[in-house]
Amino acid sequence: MTALSTIDSDERSNVSTLDRSRRSVRITMRVLTVLLVAALCVVALGPLLWLFKAALSTSQDILREPFAWWPSGVQWQNLPDAWSQIHVGQYLLNTVWVAAGCWFFGLLVALTGGYGIAVLRPRYARLVNGAVLATLFIPGVVSLISLYVTVLDVPLIGVNLVNTFWAVWLPSAASAFNVLLVARFFDGLPRDVFEAARIDGAGVFRVFWSIILPMSRPVIGVVSLLTIVASWKEFLWPLLVLPSADLQPLSVGLYRVADTAPTNLLMAGMFISVVIPVVLFLVFQRQFLRSAGQAGAVKG
Amino acid sequence: MRENIVTVTAPPAADAPPTPPREVAPRGRAGRRPGSPAAALLSWVRGGGVGTLVMFLPLLLTFGYFAWWPIAKSLILAFQRTDLITEPTWVGLSNFERVLADPLLWTALGNTAWFAVLALVIGFPLPILMAVVMAELRRTRQITSVLAYLPVIIPPVVSVLLWKQFYEPSGTGLFNSALTALGIEPVGWLQEPALAIPSIVIQSTWASAGTATIIYLAALMSIRTELYDAAEVDGASILQRTWHVTLPQLRGVILLMLLLQLIGTMQVFTEPFVMTGGGPENRTVTLLMLVYNYAFLSGDFGKATALSLLLAVGLGLLSAVYLRLTRKWSES
Repeated sequence: MTALSTIDSDERSNVSTLDRSRRSVRITMRVLTVLLVAALCVVALGPLLWLFKAALSTSQDILREPFAWWPSGVQWQNLPDAWSQIHVGQYLLNTVWVAAGCWFFGLLVALTGGYGIAVLRPRYARLVNGAVLATLFIPGVVSLISLYVTVLDVPLIGVNLVNTFWAVWLPSAASAFNVLLVARFFDGLPRDVFEAARIDGAGVFRVFWSIILPMSRPVIGVVSLLTIVASWKEFLWPLLVLPSADLQPLSVGLYRVADTAPTNLLMAGMFISVVIPVVLFLVFQRQFLRSAGQAGAVKG
Repeated sequence: MRENIVTVTAPPAADAPPTPPREVAPRGRAGRRPGSPAAALLSWVRGGGVGTLVMFLPLLLTFGYFAWWPIAKSLILAFQRTDLITEPTWVGLSNFERVLADPLLWTALGNTAWFAVLALVIGFPLPILMAVVMAELRRTRQITSVLAYLPVIIPPVVSVLLWKQFYEPSGTGLFNSALTALGIEPVGWLQEPALAIPSIVIQSTWASAGTATIIYLAALMSIRTELYDAAEVDGASILQRTWHVTLPQLRGVILLMLLLQLIGTMQVFTEPFVMTGGGPENRTVTLLMLVYNYAFLSGDFGKATALSLLLAVGLGLLSAVYLRLTRKWSES
């Protein structure tokens, strides 16, 4: 979390103030700006605007005249229809449940684990840290099947988590990336504070609750955004462990109905499913972009 | 599987090296024999050892069950034949032999490699170029970053289904009606065997380029400004500075992103699975789809695990060779 290289910095980059005073440079920059913004609007924003248009069109219009603006009028009815007829409401609720659980357990594991590794530092902390780190290097494909087998019959306890949200929540909480992010943040906090609290007689839990947590707001924010958006995007894993349609999140539900649902209702459902992540992103854009850049810093 | 199946793995380097564990626990009191296990245990408990262990429990339990155990379990499953109903039997290397004997394996390997190569050619230089330009356009940097990152926020299934709609093969499909306007015949984007993978690559580049762009942009913003100052004093033009300062400074990130992208694209699943389901004529079946098919269509979990281990070992070798090669290259 240290040395944030932010995209809002005003320091010089390649092109200097002196360069900017030259006419040819100014014109080139202006042209580049217009080209870049226009290209991004068409390529990145365009498909989403089209989705919005399609969500409020008739199937006929979507299929026959993809470029026309509502030749048969705006179909607001698509949204409630998708909500009830192809069960988008149910999927949305499931997605929210999945995201809420992934968020809670992800934070719980990352904060307590990061606290243990970076602040408490018992003798075995090194070993735990190494074992957590090791999972980052092993491609996810290794454990796809064995993770499924584990969830089907959890060793020692002998329960079957398939068709429960636990099957999504718990594996997603085992995120080495989040643990390391939090541990790194705690490493940067002043140690004297914890030592002082310890000397004053505060126990392990009290230090965590009254000192660590209030100081961790920035990292809690980053981990929250990362886990919520990641859980919203998950597809293969919920497809495997939530075979029951009543529990499936939007990604899985939309995939399952994609071939049979009327096109206009499918588009309306897809639109509903992007609204929440897009709004979250637009509201917290700085935090999102910062943590995305940081992901690179951690990887690098 | 979770998101990390596609993006996976981060190489070593920058994680916090754990400082050596410090002894906070007070030593056993005088009078008690210091060496005895009972005394050691007592001092561990007095020093808050139990509380510390409780703090580690959530991590140990979730990682134990859902990260560490499955890795070990893979090594067991790959040598067993099991359909999860009858008792598993040890079969030695037969799972691996059966995987290698499957003619579809080589098709899937070819498709996956072709996907990875195309994704590299189409999708790799683009974010670098975008980031270099975005870094200079200060006033629009925030808005261009937001726009570039927007597709990354869209859930992959929605993004794939949306593009599938764009690729509608009929003459009135979105892309096809654009072609028609230009006087070109409509194309079966996902139906033509030779076009299916490139079409999927375009969609997946659209969906993922934003991440790389933001990472490059962050790296660009941390280049020391003195380097530009010095080059400017020496009379280097803007393009010369881009070539001789910016790109060399980005080299570490670029090399790393290249490896990460390769590891990610070799495990591609969701895009072809949702877009084409492996068709036409198996031209979009990927390695991970084969793992899925073995396990969840044929119920052959041993064979599926064997293939996933092979893929993982292949990726490990690829990374090792790549890191060695690039190290030599950056030394010379």
